[in-house]
Amino acid sequence: MSQDVQRTDASPVAAKPPGALRTFLASDIVYSWKRQPVVILATLVTLTMFAGALFAPWIAPQNPFDPIELELIDAFSPPLTTSDFTGNFYLLGSDSQGRDVFSAILYGSRISLLVGFAAVLFALALGTALGLMAGFRGGWRDALIMRIADVQLTFPSILMALLIFGVIRGFLPRSMHAEVAIIVLIVAIGLSDWVQYARAVRGATMVEKGKEYVQAARVIGLPDHRILFQHILPNVMRPVLVIGTIGLALAIIAEATLSFLGVGMPATQPSLGTLIRVGQDYMFSGEWWILLFPGVALLLLALSVNLLGDWLRDVLNPKLR
Amino acid sequence: MLRKTLLAGAVAAAMVASAAHAETLRWTRSADGLTLDPHSQNEGPTHALNHQIFDTLVYQDMDVEYQPGLATEWYVHEDDPHVWVFKIREGVTFHEGQALTADDVVFSLNRARHENADMRGLLTSIKEVRAADDTTVHVETHDPNPLLPNNFTNLFIMSRAWAEEHGVEEPQNYAAGEETYAVRNANGTGPFRVVSREPDVRTVLERNDDYWGIDHYPMEISELIFTPIESAATRVAALLSGEVDLLQETPVQDIERLGNAPGLKNEQGAENRTIFLGMDLGSAELRTADTDDNPFADRRVREAIDLAVDQSTIQVAVMRGNSQPAGMIAPPFVNGYSEELDAVLPADIGRAQELMAEAGYGDGFRVTLQCPNDRYVNDEQICQAVVSMLARIGITVDLVAQTRSLHFAELAREEYDFYMLGWGVPTMDSEYVFNYLYHTKAGDRGSWNFTGYSDERVDELTVAMGQETDIEARNAMIEEAWQIVHDEIVYIPIHHQMLTWSMRDDIDFKVQSENTPHFKYLKFND
Amino acid sequence: MLAFLIQRVLQAIFVMFVVALISFSLFHYVGDPVLNMLGQEATEADRAALRAQLGLDQPVVVQFWQFIVNAAQFEFGISYRSARSVSDLILERLPATLELAIISAIFAVVMGIVLGIYTAIQRGSWLSKFIMTASLIGVSLPTFLIGILLIYLFAVELGWLPAFGRGQVVDLGWWNTGLLTASGLRSLILPAITLGLFQLTLIMRLVRAEMLEVLRTDYIKFARARGLSKRVVNLRHALKNTLIPVITIIGLQLGTIIAFAIITETVFQWPGVGALFITAVRFVDVPVMAAYLMMIALVFVVINLVVDLLYYAVDPRLRVQGGAK
Repeated sequence: MSQDVQRTDASPVAAKPPGALRTFLASDIVYSWKRQPVVILATLVTLTMFAGALFAPWIAPQNPFDPIELELIDAFSPPLTTSDFTGNFYLLGSDSQGRDVFSAILYGSRISLLVGFAAVLFALALGTALGLMAGFRGGWRDALIMRIADVQLTFPSILMALLIFGVIRGFLPRSMHAEVAIIVLIVAIGLSDWVQYARAVRGATMVEKGKEYVQAARVIGLPDHRILFQHILPNVMRPVLVIGTIGLALAIIAEATLSFLGVGMPATQPSLGTLIRVGQDYMFSGEWWILLFPGVALLLLALSVNLLGDWLRDVLNPKLR
Repeated sequence: MLRKTLLAGAVAAAMVASAAHAETLRWTRSADGLTLDPHSQNEGPTHALNHQIFDTLVYQDMDVEYQPGLATEWYVHEDDPHVWVFKIREGVTFHEGQALTADDVVFSLNRARHENADMRGLLTSIKEVRAADDTTVHVETHDPNPLLPNNFTNLFIMSRAWAEEHGVEEPQNYAAGEETYAVRNANGTGPFRVVSREPDVRTVLERNDDYWGIDHYPMEISELIFTPIESAATRVAALLSGEVDLLQETPVQDIERLGNAPGLKNEQGAENRTIFLGMDLGSAELRTADTDDNPFADRRVREAIDLAVDQSTIQVAVMRGNSQPAGMIAPPFVNGYSEELDAVLPADIGRAQELMAEAGYGDGFRVTLQCPNDRYVNDEQICQAVVSMLARIGITVDLVAQTRSLHFAELAREEYDFYMLGWGVPTMDSEYVFNYLYHTKAGDRGSWNFTGYSDERVDELTVAMGQETDIEARNAMIEEAWQIVHDEIVYIPIHHQMLTWSMRDDIDFKVQSENTPHFKYLKFND
Repeated sequence: MLAFLIQRVLQAIFVMFVVALISFSLFHYVGDPVLNMLGQEATEADRAALRAQLGLDQPVVVQFWQFIVNAAQFEFGISYRSARSVSDLILERLPATLELAIISAIFAVVMGIVLGIYTAIQRGSWLSKFIMTASLIGVSLPTFLIGILLIYLFAVELGWLPAFGRGQVVDLGWWNTGLLTASGLRSLILPAITLGLFQLTLIMRLVRAEMLEVLRTDYIKFARARGLSKRVVNLRHALKNTLIPVITIIGLQLGTIIAFAIITETVFQWPGVGALFITAVRFVDVPVMAAYLMMIALVFVVINLVVDLLYYAVDPRLRVQGGAK
């Protein structure tokens, strides 16, 4: 079974001969996927939202980040209305600045996903590198890295992200905050989340290190970095990928939360969290669409990515089943 | 509990009129007072809170008429036009029991002239303050100042003995982040005394049953609880669910809903406050711009900005009609107001682009706009709208919106190129505006002029306004000064603010155009 | 035993040392405190004087030592934003956060265990399935969305519960509590649910999994075979064995609750330390950030230590191994 799963890791399925595709379609993963309607639904939602985010500049009627495109006179247009002033059509209504809510959601999920993926990649790369070093080299490096990991693990990651965010902002002049907000978010969320990867990789590395093939590689005199990257790394990647899938949902929620708290994306470049924070002001005034649609979008995104992550973890990690 | 019973007993014994009312009023607005030190800050929410605790010599009532406070009468000295005479009310005691004397008044006025005090800008004309006897204070000005008492409406009187006892003879230095005893404790003569204060959370005041005016005013509130709530939605939810009784600054989007809600009502009126944008036009180079000169120094650029900013659309879309587009920084009821100057330039992007090109900024430039986000009605929204309007003439604006305490502190340190500010005129006279906003920043004058604007003639006129006793000549000076600053486009006015207070419908209370509620006037309809 | 204890205490001290180092670096490198405290008009001489007064002209090591000494006395200087003593600010707001955290922890634990047992025993029922599905949504929903939803539903539409703040607070001198008044208790309901929901689902799922595991063991099967009633087997035998791992998790989660209070406090305008911290982050108010960090670290370290010791007391195997991990 593990063989099958491994083959799915080798990415471009379509490029492989039909034989591989057939093997893939017959594999455990696909079997499990087909049997769970909830997972199918989650996949569809996730793919739709990914596509929406990816092609936002082509789908969205407006670039909500470009102040020139905002028509203030169209502010607070209800959903499914066409403006009397500009003739613009607002599918999900517009907000207080005349920002098209539909476009804002597309661009907002773009930020959510960008921050989510980048933060996970950042955490994954950092955690894997440190975990490999700790596990392979051992000694004082191992002790130091793991002690730092212990300390950081003491704190919930949202708190770490807030702190890191605060520190980075302290270093930057205030007028730069809006410009670099997205990078600061990625670094803050990524830095707050590397420990899990490091721990998993370190454990797996220590196991692999003792195995015969590594011993053999050492005997024939392969340099350390070749052993590490060509032999050990591929073998420790699976737990990393499992953590990563769950991590994506967490990172998306973390970004939304920071933006909601007013320390993430600024109101002029709103992410889903920012839209919800701003939309809160219109909870009683009848302009429900400003809050509702971004809220639903975030819920759908977080829920479906979470479901997919859960499912992938179960499939990739039979022990947890 | 026991204490409350005792208090109720005392009230019943002392007062027949108020005995029927053991009413609590829960009051909210977006921002807390910055400090209880009455002279440190010249800022609306701070004054509004302090007016409940302290008294002034003269104050403006709910109809903004001047009324005697701690001074029973005031007049220019018969023999010397340089001297104003204030007769101090007798039999007044501070909350902690000290009797009010002329000496306390002298002390307070001098304290407000200290360099730490933001209030000093109102007192530039004063040469000396002295007590003629126990109940008479003489205020001598450098030159005859016909409007001096108008400057005293937010000048609170403290007890000298109390200040000396607690080492707060000097006002708190707010910009330096100083904390003194007077920041959280107050000993005034006002209608309410402080029971407890947690800044930004909750301030509890109780009726001062020894108040000198207890028979003159309704004084129906026995306990006044002030809870600032930052989030607009939460503020409205609190009123809707009955957790507060009076909401001082109703968010414009919620006016309609609150007006229709059962048991609630809105009170509305024009506010004495104009919102505008300021630019650093004096520096050789801007701090945040991507140019190595100062585009704002060029009048054509300022005119282009004025043309690009569409005040009427802001009124319709951002303010939902609850504002009056403005062309000058003085609302209609201020002496010196001119309908002609207050007229708004219609937006004209084409002309604005031409002007930018003529000035050599055809490709635009980049600059940071600084805004408060919890001070004026929809302040951050207005700034966002400005960002989008200026984008149309090529000016890329980075927006920084932050809480007012940071905004004002950084503004005061002259760190801003481009900023939003709102200005009210408590003296009801244009001189106040020129003194703070247009006069060259030097000494006590021009203390809120962060534009670097300096014009000899305007300075001359500003000083002369404070001395001219002939009303007609004085009005001519005011007119001339307004014309100069209008032609120079020193500021970009946006609008005069309108006020909405929402409250339980059994409350009888009208808005006050200074946005300063005097709760001693509040009545409950039974 | 002693070796284990010493090792754990040493580790706790190490954690606090690292956190202190971070807090100190915040002070030292983020923004210039002198510039923050004095305006631009201040002269160079003023700055030098303040620098000397704050001890900023001393060598870094000396300053760090001074920082630790001050921190040990809970002395963190003056907040840049509100110009007040940081320790006063925190002490003033701590009761609000602790009350909220404890109440929501109790809510999460009680409801979590009850629902966990129920869903384990009644595995097939539609209600169990519904609870399990709902819990998944609960985990995916960001805390702030839950809060907004509850406010909208219960405060605005139904008007049953307050939307913000702590209601009427009674000042006991050393502590101010909202637990003694009706309005205080009512104000607590929505924030406590919001804060506890995530932990509730976590505990529920854990209890359910453990319970299912235990129910499968021979010892339970044997008890059943002996003819003991289902209720006795479920509650007396199975539950007891389930709770050991649950308790340790609950201990660890308590710290998380305090940290997550930041979000709940923001949504409900709850005047606690979390709201204080978030304002500090927004305004780069370093002394408050540093103090909050130290305080949270202390809470976490103490909880971890207690949990470790509890574990040691509960699990005899650890004693044999002499405390190795």
